Amino acid sequence: MAQNTTVPTAGHDEHHHENTVVFGFWVYLMTDCIIFGSLFATFAVLRNQFNGGPTPHELFEFGGLGLETALLLLSSITYGFGMIAAHKSEISKVILWLAVTFLLGLGFVGLEVREFAHMIAEGAGPDRSAFLSAFFTLVSTHGLHVTCGLIWIVTLIVQLMGTTEIPERMMNKLTCLSLFWHFLDIVWICVFTYVYLASMI
Amino acid sequence: MKNKLLARMARLGGLSSALLLAGCELDVLDPKGPVGEGVKTLITTSVIAMLIVVVPTIILTLWFAWQYRQSNTSAEYLPKWSHSNKIEVIIWGVPSLIILFLAVITYQTCHSLDPYKPLEAEANTKPLHVQVVAQDWKWLFIYPEQGIATVNQLAMPVNTPVDFDITSDSVMNSFFIPRLGSMIYAMAGMQTQLHLLASEPGDYMGESANYSGRGFSDMRFHALAMSNDEFNAWVEKVRASSEQLDSQTYPKLAAPSEANPVEYFAHVEPGMFNTIVAKYNNGMVMDKSTGKMIQVQQSAMSGMN
Amino acid sequence: MLGRLSLSAIPLDVPILVGTFIGVLIVGVAVLGLITYYGKWGYLWKEWFTSVDHKRLAVMYIVLALVALARGFADAIMMRTQLALAYAGNPGYLPPHHYDQIFSAHGTIMIFFLAMAFMTGLFNFIVPLQIGARDVAYPFLNNLSFWMTAVAFMLVNISLFIGEFSQCGWLAYPPLSEMQFSPGVGVDYYIWAIQISGVGTLLTGVNFFVTIVKMRAPGMTWLKMPVFTWTAFCSSILIMATFPVLTVAVALLGLDRYFGMHFFTNDGGGNQMLYLNLIWAWGHPEVYILVLPAFGVFSEVVPAFSGKPLFGYKTMVYATCSIMVLSFLVWVHHFFTMGAGPDVNAFFGIATMIISIPTGVKLFNWLFTMYKGRIQYHACMYWAVGFMVVFTIGGMTGVMMAIPGSDFVLHNSLFLIAHFHNVIIGGVYFGYVCGMNFWAPKVLGFKMNEAWGIRAFWFWLVGFFFAFMPLYVLGFEGMTRRMNHYDNPAWHPWMLIAEVGAVLILFGVVCQLMQIYVSIRDCNKPENRDVTGDPWNGRTLEWSTSSPPPVYNFAIVPHVSSLDAYTHDKENGIDTRQAGGKYEAIHMPKNTASGIACGAFALIFGFAAVWYIWWLAAIGLVGVIGTVIARSANKDIDYYIPAEEVARIENEHTRKLMAQAAE
Repeated sequence: MAQNTTVPTAGHDEHHHENTVVFGFWVYLMTDCIIFGSLFATFAVLRNQFNGGPTPHELFEFGGLGLETALLLLSSITYGFGMIAAHKSEISKVILWLAVTFLLGLGFVGLEVREFAHMIAEGAGPDRSAFLSAFFTLVSTHGLHVTCGLIWIVTLIVQLMGTTEIPERMMNKLTCLSLFWHFLDIVWICVFTYVYLASMI
Repeated sequence: MKNKLLARMARLGGLSSALLLAGCELDVLDPKGPVGEGVKTLITTSVIAMLIVVVPTIILTLWFAWQYRQSNTSAEYLPKWSHSNKIEVIIWGVPSLIILFLAVITYQTCHSLDPYKPLEAEANTKPLHVQVVAQDWKWLFIYPEQGIATVNQLAMPVNTPVDFDITSDSVMNSFFIPRLGSMIYAMAGMQTQLHLLASEPGDYMGESANYSGRGFSDMRFHALAMSNDEFNAWVEKVRASSEQLDSQTYPKLAAPSEANPVEYFAHVEPGMFNTIVAKYNNGMVMDKSTGKMIQVQQSAMSGMN
Repeated sequence: MLGRLSLSAIPLDVPILVGTFIGVLIVGVAVLGLITYYGKWGYLWKEWFTSVDHKRLAVMYIVLALVALARGFADAIMMRTQLALAYAGNPGYLPPHHYDQIFSAHGTIMIFFLAMAFMTGLFNFIVPLQIGARDVAYPFLNNLSFWMTAVAFMLVNISLFIGEFSQCGWLAYPPLSEMQFSPGVGVDYYIWAIQISGVGTLLTGVNFFVTIVKMRAPGMTWLKMPVFTWTAFCSSILIMATFPVLTVAVALLGLDRYFGMHFFTNDGGGNQMLYLNLIWAWGHPEVYILVLPAFGVFSEVVPAFSGKPLFGYKTMVYATCSIMVLSFLVWVHHFFTMGAGPDVNAFFGIATMIISIPTGVKLFNWLFTMYKGRIQYHACMYWAVGFMVVFTIGGMTGVMMAIPGSDFVLHNSLFLIAHFHNVIIGGVYFGYVCGMNFWAPKVLGFKMNEAWGIRAFWFWLVGFFFAFMPLYVLGFEGMTRRMNHYDNPAWHPWMLIAEVGAVLILFGVVCQLMQIYVSIRDCNKPENRDVTGDPWNGRTLEWSTSSPPPVYNFAIVPHVSSLDAYTHDKENGIDTRQAGGKYEAIHMPKNTASGIACGAFALIFGFAAVWYIWWLAAIGLVGVIGTVIARSANKDIDYYIPAEEVARIENEHTRKLMAQAAE
């Protein structure tokens, strides 16, 4: 057996835990990706099961949808500005950009809730047909994720207030939330194309 | 002394295995139709192929476990030995060859034993068509060509292919007559197909092979295979019943019941089976001859819900 | 105010349950009373419940698994007794309503709370020690995972006495599990138990994946990693890839039930086969999630007791990885009989069979590890050899069912039941018990009793053959699973033999409990104590520390230069511990009550959601989220063990080693 008895430098141990948080969160997002994947697959199977109820053509209108998409994409950019500020340790700017991101995200969730309320009022609720069950579940799972992201933003804003520096643990949290927020953006683009656009064409 | 004991034990072992074989009827391995025969051949072939590896493995395990025990200091001990290309080739190769063989017969039998494939019959035999509906917790058999229906009793002439169309008016079940061969699921809104043939007259047990709730254990039926004349007489017997099955009487039958007795219906409303399928499928049903979806009359459905 | 919950939900009319409840109450009060009497609450709370130490969590997981075994096995023997009696007009003693709950609970408990908990326990036992790490990547999440699993198991058991459990089998196939056919609370208990424990399992998967990727000792490259760690790694990947699918499948079922949606309903355009596809896309990999670590255990135990390295290490790794990949391609073999067409069935059938090649290779590798070895027959080795014999048979019957043509007559029959108990008991359970016997001295500091261990093995082995070989025969006789009573005279004798087998296994379980009791009673006898930390002349890093290991596992992180790192060091006179080296302060996570608090709130949430007590569910949900936020704000989460303290602990162990060597 080939033997390699050279001992790597002991300094290696010190960096053992570095970035496991961010890496682990990224791995967790991959499992979240599978959740969305399963929901997309479900939607694909059920997308034509209208049960005599409304079809996408009768339901979807692009005006509100465009605004929703714009808000969410913009919020990704504002979060990016927040991260730049965080790397420069400019805490007040970080808080400002997080707050802007929060408002944009809140706007997105608000519009989505309004759209849902409208559909339910028209008798096109999730219990109407398998298509609508799949639609509501997929879209609102994304919306629920955004809502969790909003709670997370508030938590971090509160934790940042009154501090003067950004320790490693806080930086990790900001990076994780950043990954999460961009991930939700990507998922939304898939939802937009696959659920809305593809159903209209 | 020891030898005597061994001899006695061997005698006892032989006797008991003979008893066991005589005492048990292995329905699946004693089939009464060509589908079952095909499955039986498949099972025996695949088992023999696998035993080529399984038996030596078990013997080697026990032998090595005994031979290389710590107290046996006369056995060779190679504390560093952990690799051999020759052994690697054999342990990957032999199982791979056997699986290759099994894969070939799997592919072949998937087609030859496909439950959707109509069975060949003698030139002038016309297949019998039976529509099967799984209900809570009984089996409804509709004979569209004879215009009759039965519950928990299925009759068929021997040596005649039987084409089953199967659906459910409740939860998922599986339609299974062990002596005749393959099973298939019964699912609401869908129709599955099965082709069986009984080559010997007899009263065979039929059952649901998929758990369906409280009354599942009693969801059994008799599959009666009989001569052509007997079958015709049986059809007449059913026709003599005073019961009818139509959109008015159907809901009463479909309501949950346990250990339902055999029932005969002298007349069935035409299209009953399609109506049951369409009920769970937006009023649509697949036409078997063309493979296209067709609309079922709405009026018939509304009466049944 | 109390939703669907009322006094009538308590099954006072079922004498078996009332008796069980009184029994549980008496035992419970006795245990709680004893803890109070000896004033151990503080100790339990500080040292165990709030612990983030993977070794402590391992012990708690395994205790949980053993409690689950007791419950699950009680269900099993009740079922066998019912079927031994309920013949030819005799209804037996369990009416369908009760019997159907029992088989559903049996499957759910055995898979999710015995097997999964035991497996996670073994991961926690060994993986960090084996890769030379001081803990897992996320110690707090590890504690949280445990409590999620534990409260989910509590929820299943609450259903015994308040309401009912699911009567839809362990996978709750719709449409039977839909509101239309199962309006009671049973399925809702099932749903929330699965979802809560699913959170725990998913976090475990992520945790161990990251631990193995990021925290291996310097020098431990992928192909120098011990096989058990490899299997834990593959298992973790499978958990991460498939548990989200389970979560989705069960969540959609829940949405159907709670909001009247139409994913799997008969009406409204739902599709029941969608559920089957989703649930088995998880369910089949789940089998490999469970069995791969068992293979890993044997890959450690067989070499250790044969006095030889593992035969074909690389082959073993490749086989493990290929099983992991292939396990995603086989799920349809659970429903060949839905009529998917011959080409689809042939594809999934052949894919299934191909898995038997790497599995067979593994078996041969253990075989040739014993070849020309010096096999010491400790209890673990009995389980290992027994496994090899039993599992081979199970593998063969598995391939039989993988051939769609054969499956068309064997599907859902007792043959199937015999097959998967053959691999789950003979493979998974034998493996885990083997692992427990093997690593107990490492984690507890004393060896487990040999005599009782061997007795347990023989009862399990013989009992297994008696209990399940008849089921193979019954499968050929056309008997389907989940029957409550029957009238076929040919079936009855076989059911009686199976009952004998169940009783033999009962003796096996009793022997295991005796083994644990006797081991703890005699733990201070010198012949049982493990002073060296290396009782079996082990090959991997976990044997290089003391038994039980100090909280930080390794004072100086070992350097790995070859496979079987510890054996390599021993043979070359290298001190893996680097005793007397330069000790430094060690950074460790602090214990936390956040995990148990989250668990408690999750339990409240689950129970309230089952009974539609919405205000209470809201409290539970807010509680979970609030606890997580509070944890995130907590800055007091870690501490340093000073270098002098490390030196004191290590020097003491060195002194003990010297004393032992001098004897």
